Amino acid sequence: MRLERRSQTPVGMALAAPVGAIAAALALAGILITIAGAPVLDAYQRMFMGAFGSRLQITETLTRSTPLILTGLAAAVAFRSRLWNIGAEGQFYLGALATAGLGAKLGPFIPAMLLVPSLLLVGAAAGAVWLLVPLGLRLRFGVDEVVTTLLLNFIALLFVSMMIEGPLRDPLAFGWPQSVPVDPAATLSKLVARSRLHTGLLIALAAAITIWLLQARTVFGLESRAAGLDPATASFAGVSLVNVLVRVACLSGGLAGLAGAIEVLGIKGYVTTDLSPGYGYTGIVVAMLAGSHPLGVVLAALFVAMIFVGADGMSRALGVPNAIADVIVSMSLLTMLTALLLTRYRLRR
Amino acid sequence: MTVVLRVEGITKRFGGLVANDDVTLDLHQGELLALLGENGAGKTTLMNILFGHVVPDTGRVVAFGQALPPGKPRAAIAAGIGMVHQHFALAANLTVLENITAGTQSLTRWRADASRARRKLTELAQRFGLIVALDARVGDLSVGERQRVEILKALYRDTRILILDEPTAVLTYQESQQFYAILRSMATKGLSLIFISHRLPEVMESSDRVIVLRGGRVVAERRPAETSRDELAELMVGRRVARPRRESQPSGPVLLDAEEIDAAPKRHMKLTAVSFHVRAGEILGIVGVSGNGQTALAQLLSGQCAPLAGRLTLFGAHCPRLWPRSCVASGIGRVPEDRNNGGAIGEMALWENAVLERVRERRFSIAGLVRKRPGLAFAAEIISRFDVRGGTPTSEIRLLSGGNMQKFIVGRSLATAPRLLVAAQPTRGLDEGAVAAIHEHILAARRAGIGILLISEDLDDILQLADRVQAIVAGRLSPDIPVTAADPRRLGLMMAGVWDGA
Repeated sequence: MRLERRSQTPVGMALAAPVGAIAAALALAGILITIAGAPVLDAYQRMFMGAFGSRLQITETLTRSTPLILTGLAAAVAFRSRLWNIGAEGQFYLGALATAGLGAKLGPFIPAMLLVPSLLLVGAAAGAVWLLVPLGLRLRFGVDEVVTTLLLNFIALLFVSMMIEGPLRDPLAFGWPQSVPVDPAATLSKLVARSRLHTGLLIALAAAITIWLLQARTVFGLESRAAGLDPATASFAGVSLVNVLVRVACLSGGLAGLAGAIEVLGIKGYVTTDLSPGYGYTGIVVAMLAGSHPLGVVLAALFVAMIFVGADGMSRALGVPNAIADVIVSMSLLTMLTALLLTRYRLRR
Repeated sequence: MTVVLRVEGITKRFGGLVANDDVTLDLHQGELLALLGENGAGKTTLMNILFGHVVPDTGRVVAFGQALPPGKPRAAIAAGIGMVHQHFALAANLTVLENITAGTQSLTRWRADASRARRKLTELAQRFGLIVALDARVGDLSVGERQRVEILKALYRDTRILILDEPTAVLTYQESQQFYAILRSMATKGLSLIFISHRLPEVMESSDRVIVLRGGRVVAERRPAETSRDELAELMVGRRVARPRRESQPSGPVLLDAEEIDAAPKRHMKLTAVSFHVRAGEILGIVGVSGNGQTALAQLLSGQCAPLAGRLTLFGAHCPRLWPRSCVASGIGRVPEDRNNGGAIGEMALWENAVLERVRERRFSIAGLVRKRPGLAFAAEIISRFDVRGGTPTSEIRLLSGGNMQKFIVGRSLATAPRLLVAAQPTRGLDEGAVAAIHEHILAARRAGIGILLISEDLDDILQLADRVQAIVAGRLSPDIPVTAADPRRLGLMMAGVWDGA
């Protein structure tokens, strides 16, 4: 059996790929659910209801999808130009830390109207810096950014830990390691009363649309795509790879940092080391499921958020461990990679 | 004469494409058979079937009276069939001896029996005139020597039928002459050989018999004495193809003048003190064996690498260095030497490939926003003016054939009326029809007064297009000679580094 390159990928097939991949992942996870002793269809129905069954659950799913949209965009933007940013998790925490740190202090000095935008900007900048470091190492010394971005995640987390146990520690937190809460004027307002859903969702959606327009319509979009597809040809055509990569890194790291900033300003108001249940890593799955398309990222993030939120409901009702959510999401990455292969190649015997 | 190899009624389809259509041919003992055909004629598929890499839909291969099981390369090797591929399969950091014996030793033996291998190889090398140092590292050998290693490798496995895929693509004229002499001596000593080629002069000079493939079928069988180059060309292409002729014309002012330029691009042969000039309305041909600095020269003039020393004067003004975009802006059209790696991005649309190098011009973008409509119009203009077939402005460029992609790339540069064209290997790997088309476009550019620097490893390109010729050898340029004073023999000597004052 061998693989043969398709001359063209039919549009229908490209759209069917993520659907098929998700179906396959759910089917495979179904085996585990059966082993756990629950009826599969019932479990999935409860999972769906757990995510969309009530107003509260819908808002919870949307809240969960907000950071995933941003980290998904961060991965999608980087991968498109072959910048293998595995470090969105670290950039997320750096963004969160910078926002929380300044958010607790800046309040008195900045007009309230500008407070939130400038704190979001600070978060994005911190995330961008955290990606520019490994990019610089790659451009200057040829260091593989897969390794550096990944390892910087742990450094970032330990740095956050150091800061919230030390200089930023909240003395009123009964000894819990967390930072001083931000100025109340700096929090994102709620979208729906009596829920956690906040205006961060709108920012994330706006980011997705902006990235989409940037990629589809601008010179930068054309050049960064060329640089990703074929660096040699792009540079022959006068595209500066360094220039493209630096801008891509600012966008990618910035989006991940923004995700962290929004989690701080929208949900908690302060930083802890469990602010993110792996949003940065899950962003990679989201980007892959979306085929790196910015609008697809929104849908993929919703799907992943649904699995996570829904799994809690399912777990409560049927006693299936909610780790099944991680299994489904990881499985869907593998099935998506397979599906992508099959959209580009056909199997021949 | 005994038939050593018979191919009977081979048909192979790939999807809707018929790569081989009922192909039947015989190879006799001691024969030098040429298989002639354009790209896509089915030569490679046929050879892969012969060698067991591909299973045919129908038909069979019979070697020495025994039918070979389909799809079993080992059976083909055991039957005495050897193959030398166009792209060598040698490990650069191993010695010649190690390369040849790799894969032939039993894994269960502790020690390789090097002395026996050495004796056998020395004997083979002497018998066939394949002289090469057995202990040299392959990475240190010239391309011609590597080819000999490949042949020795096949002979070492007791090959009696040797198949060579485009064997002279990388050799100079003299090396090819020598090479065919070796093949001839192998044939007279009883080996049977098939070589694949699309170079007509070689086929005419060196083969006993020519089989022409076209569209997957055997369309003709000729003896060289009974045919002519023109007839073979027509059989191969299926219609009359005449390469355009170069008319003499006066040349204009000097557009590009390089004096004693040094340049050292990464991973390529560097240039040392090269001097040349290109006038309006003339073609300067740079001929040479691959890997002698052509890439550096092309990169220098495409804005990809800076001169380290010397003086570059462009359109009358001193030019410290070029950048890709400054080339485009100042009117230098560029055809890169590898269209798939530098020329075009396969997964991007034709229009995107057309505008990429000039996307920041007002015509194609305003305030950072790409203007798609003029881009589409530009691509459509290239497609119609340069007869690019098989694509639309919005289709992916990888779907074009090599010839059409090259026409598109040449067209992209010429459509904007440049003053200078730097064309590196513009006809490499193209079939006869596409070569004629590219030649026509280059000559039309010359008539329009464009100065052209033509870097090519193909002597025919140089002899048919250039006004003046310089040879490039180990990063140095020979003095120029007018093409009227050039013939394959003299150019071959120049490419080997023999010129007055060298």
